[in-house]
Amino acid sequence: MSSTEIVCIVCPNGCRLTVSQSDGEISVQGATCKKGIDFAKTELTAPTRSLTSTVDTVFSDMPRLPVKTEGEIPKDKLLDAMKIIRNTKVTERLKTGDTVINDLFGTKVIATADMNI
Amino acid sequence: MSMLKLNYDVIVLGGGPAGLAAAISAHKNGAKVLVIEREKKLGGILKQCVHDGFGLIYFGERLTGPEYAGKFIGEFLSLGIDYKINAFVTDAKKDDDGFEITVQSAEGMLCCSTKAVVIACGCRERTSRQVFIHGDRPAGIYTAGTAQYYVNILGQMPTKRCVILGSGDIGMIMARRLTLEGASVEGVYEIKDTPAGLARNVHQCLRDFDIPLHLSTTVTNVYGEKRVEAVEVCKVDKNMNPIPETARRIECDALILSVGLLPENEVAQMLGVHLDPATKGAVVDQTLMTNVPGVFSCGNALHVNDLVDYVSRSGEDAGKSAAEYCKNLSTTSKKIPVEYDKSKFLYVVPQHYSIDYDASMTIYFRARSEFKNQRVCVRSGNVELINKKFRNLTPSEMEVLTLKETNAVGDKITITMED
Repeated sequence: MSSTEIVCIVCPNGCRLTVSQSDGEISVQGATCKKGIDFAKTELTAPTRSLTSTVDTVFSDMPRLPVKTEGEIPKDKLLDAMKIIRNTKVTERLKTGDTVINDLFGTKVIATADMNI
Repeated sequence: MSMLKLNYDVIVLGGGPAGLAAAISAHKNGAKVLVIEREKKLGGILKQCVHDGFGLIYFGERLTGPEYAGKFIGEFLSLGIDYKINAFVTDAKKDDDGFEITVQSAEGMLCCSTKAVVIACGCRERTSRQVFIHGDRPAGIYTAGTAQYYVNILGQMPTKRCVILGSGDIGMIMARRLTLEGASVEGVYEIKDTPAGLARNVHQCLRDFDIPLHLSTTVTNVYGEKRVEAVEVCKVDKNMNPIPETARRIECDALILSVGLLPENEVAQMLGVHLDPATKGAVVDQTLMTNVPGVFSCGNALHVNDLVDYVSRSGEDAGKSAAEYCKNLSTTSKKIPVEYDKSKFLYVVPQHYSIDYDASMTIYFRARSEFKNQRVCVRSGNVELINKKFRNLTPSEMEVLTLKETNAVGDKITITMED
């Protein structure tokens, strides 16, 4: 049986989790909510992260638009995803929630700010 | 030159998360409100905090900084509350009817009369001038917030390869942000033996990107003529004195500082507000009123919070209290002190309890060092007001206790930490 110490990143509480694996069964200790248990399980098998960044725009009063992935993407694809985000340029005044990239490793990239305010 | 004269019940200084929440809550409680914001947009520092993790407590969902600000800005604008952007306070004084606030704005000088003032000016980063580092003063030394402004607002990269001093949350978040944007972060250096920011940020900002965190290590020298060319780092002993034989030179083009935040209280001091040396913010009672009747303080101007959710909550409380104050200007109350053990607590807010005011009280505190499995108990006389168990207490994480009914029977309120 192997056990690993990880910090839950779901919320700012940052619960210290002990994850142990035996015969393919994963057990999690130290979590104070169910989300923490789910996090620990994906963290050990196929870790994912949500990605936030900014993209270039054509507007001089707001040269960058903050964006985020709607869902999560595989952790090992973060830097590849950034290459695509860095090559994106917004040419319209978008609102919070508008789509910026249709498909980035299986999820959408959306605007997180309103460019008209 | 004639000054435009304006009259309000409540003037809120600052249009960030604390100020917006204060303005909305004062407006909902019947006050005529003006917000004064010195930047060209509302939202405060959240505009550049493009990462997520905001709003879990306040909204029950994980939001980015601009999304969190957007929710408050949306509500604020829909209520039609007055505000001035590109405006800042040049003078503030008490007069017979309340306060006179002089504002420099794009429309010219404004003279605003108000019954109450809410200080929601946020905090500022400690700069290289406030941290003692030897060596040259070339370009390339930034606070983490300035680096964040360059990357997220202007879209300019301030570095190709940098060293980050201090493991505060903004420093760690910038380590990740710069790495994602293609810069190389050589390492994060922390003089203390524990990280200054949240554990989750050590995990998701540093460990995820293999950025080393060097504890008990600090920057001791900066080299470079026009631009930073290198820094020297050194391990420190238990007394935080550098150990010279451990000195190491690191080639880099920037040094980014994440070495703490200080509440901004210049206007508060103009008004005669007393500051608490422990928080560097105003001394307040449970209604968040300072020693100057009619002046309230909230958010990071009051004490540096780790979560914006609590900034908004204190803004709400201060706004409501300010509106209530306007309805009953003559109220004065006996204050009793809130006392705590300075060897266990770094600070406790509020510092006073006014016995004639609202009996509910939200207590914010930070532990002085790391403690495990402690009971924090609030008492007045022989009465135990609240008793809560904490598994982990650490200086980097602020804690909150909420008392619905404060039955203050003694001449003071005491907060203790017990095994």
